Amino acid sequence: MSDLCDLTGAELSAKLAAGETNAVQILESCQARVEAVDGEVGAFLTLTPQLARERAEELDVYLSTGAPQSAVAGIPVGLKDVLTTNGIRTTCGSRILEGYVPPYDSTAWSRLSGAGAVLVGKTNCDEFAMGSSNENSAFGPVRNPWDLERVPGGSSGGSAAAVAAGEVVWALGTDTGGSVRQPASLCGVVGLKPTYGRISRYGLIAFASSLDTVGTFTRSVRDSASLLSELAGWDPRDATSIDAEVPDYAAGLEGGVRGLRVGVIAEAFGEGVAPGVSASVRAAVDRLQALGAEVGEAHLPHAEYALSAYYLIAPSEASSNLARYDGVRYGYRAPGEHADSVEMMFATRGRGFGPEVKRRIMLGTYALSAGYYEAYYGQAQKVRTLIIRDYEAAFEGFDVLVSPTSPTTAFRIGEKADDPMAMYLNDIFTIPANLAGVPAISVPCGLDEAGLPVGVQLTAPVLDEQTLFRAAHALESDLGLELRPPILAEL
Amino acid sequence: MPVEIDIEHVARLARLNLTDEERARLHDQLGVILEHAAKVGEVAAADVPPTASPIPRSNVFRDDSPEPSLPLDESLRHAPERQGDRFKVPRIAETGS
Repeated sequence: MSDLCDLTGAELSAKLAAGETNAVQILESCQARVEAVDGEVGAFLTLTPQLARERAEELDVYLSTGAPQSAVAGIPVGLKDVLTTNGIRTTCGSRILEGYVPPYDSTAWSRLSGAGAVLVGKTNCDEFAMGSSNENSAFGPVRNPWDLERVPGGSSGGSAAAVAAGEVVWALGTDTGGSVRQPASLCGVVGLKPTYGRISRYGLIAFASSLDTVGTFTRSVRDSASLLSELAGWDPRDATSIDAEVPDYAAGLEGGVRGLRVGVIAEAFGEGVAPGVSASVRAAVDRLQALGAEVGEAHLPHAEYALSAYYLIAPSEASSNLARYDGVRYGYRAPGEHADSVEMMFATRGRGFGPEVKRRIMLGTYALSAGYYEAYYGQAQKVRTLIIRDYEAAFEGFDVLVSPTSPTTAFRIGEKADDPMAMYLNDIFTIPANLAGVPAISVPCGLDEAGLPVGVQLTAPVLDEQTLFRAAHALESDLGLELRPPILAEL
Repeated sequence: MPVEIDIEHVARLARLNLTDEERARLHDQLGVILEHAAKVGEVAAADVPPTASPIPRSNVFRDDSPEPSLPLDESLRHAPERQGDRFKVPRIAETGS
């Protein structure tokens, strides 16, 4: 049985245009699903039922006048709780921002809102987007709809789970080292990290500014393309946003992969990759070949240093960005009498931040400190250059690169919680694209022996999302997977 | 070999109160993470320039024209403590001698 909330955005848009349904009915379908599953899944930190209802009613009146209908009009969405929403609390999954209500909208949300999207709520995530399992949220974990004992991935775990379970049709996340693609892979949905700067970061509460990218969760590649067309573009409020024309990304989807040069990243099939993951990804590559792609072996020789570079660069930037949480202007302040302001800041930050955030602040502070800066942060920036050169060389021979998104499928809650290095290794295949700023997408390509989703990652050169979508759409159409988490069978 | 870190010193720089248990755990965990991270020293030679941003942009200016800013009350709305039109904090300097 399929409810409205299980359809894709493109299907819902068509039904809206044909007058077969309306925005209120679509919203009610998602809200009923939230009611049915979110007690167990825990994807949301804040629900906005009244605002959503008002928005959907307004939209139905507007559309009934025959006004033009955008691709996002009437589509229920979830927003990761690191994207600011005017008048709606935004916590970053952290005690230090508990109860914070921003006075402004993030550009990503204001674009969707302006085009008629309906906000269902704000989704759970690892604190300040730091994590790969969603276990670092100060407000409790999210559970994977495919197996409630397992993590949904992270840090955008709530967004991924909400889309997988039909609680929303689309969701936004953020991807600094894989935080959209890895949870998309673990939850069996499509996750896009576009080119750095393609979507404005204004109102994305900063973690690591040179890596942070707004990304999307959808249940089809077509939806991913339509959504990017709405989100992308230059923003005077983000000096790093790219001033380049935004194509209609959905227009070129059907072009196929005949003659497309597909490079399989050789280094991404070694030790530590689960057999079920390798097998599914290799089978996907075979399908691309059968569809006419020219498949060869690609190399990113410095990728093995990417994780090391990332765990110096990202924490360094984080330690600087998170210096703003000082208990002075907004957010949490440690209660009690303080001898002076500095002591108040020590106490506020000591109590307000959770363990993973403290770990990264400490790591970054150390890497930037006198005497260590050159050996750690300085060297990491040089490795970043080498990784960018690796991609440039690889893209001379190939149009698209392929690897697993994550070395494993969803792991059990608690399994890696006490071992930061084991947790960091989840992002080994996603991190290089953040360091180089190139776009990458995770597309479901099968289930492993335990029935858990596997994702394949496609990567393209800077600003070539069109090729990414074309290849991903060809693969998705050919595989024709029917992905429905078991939790929905019981409804 | 795990890297030896002066946790007390780094925590001071980061303005972070840590419990004894946190200090002990971070000492061990950061030592292991930094041992792995130190691999960056193996490859990047002196002739490789550093990259700070993947898609560098410079001199991004807007027109020098005034725009409305956040109203005062809105700015102060979330202040943990407020006094009139100011953020109130515990004392920030030694009182005179």
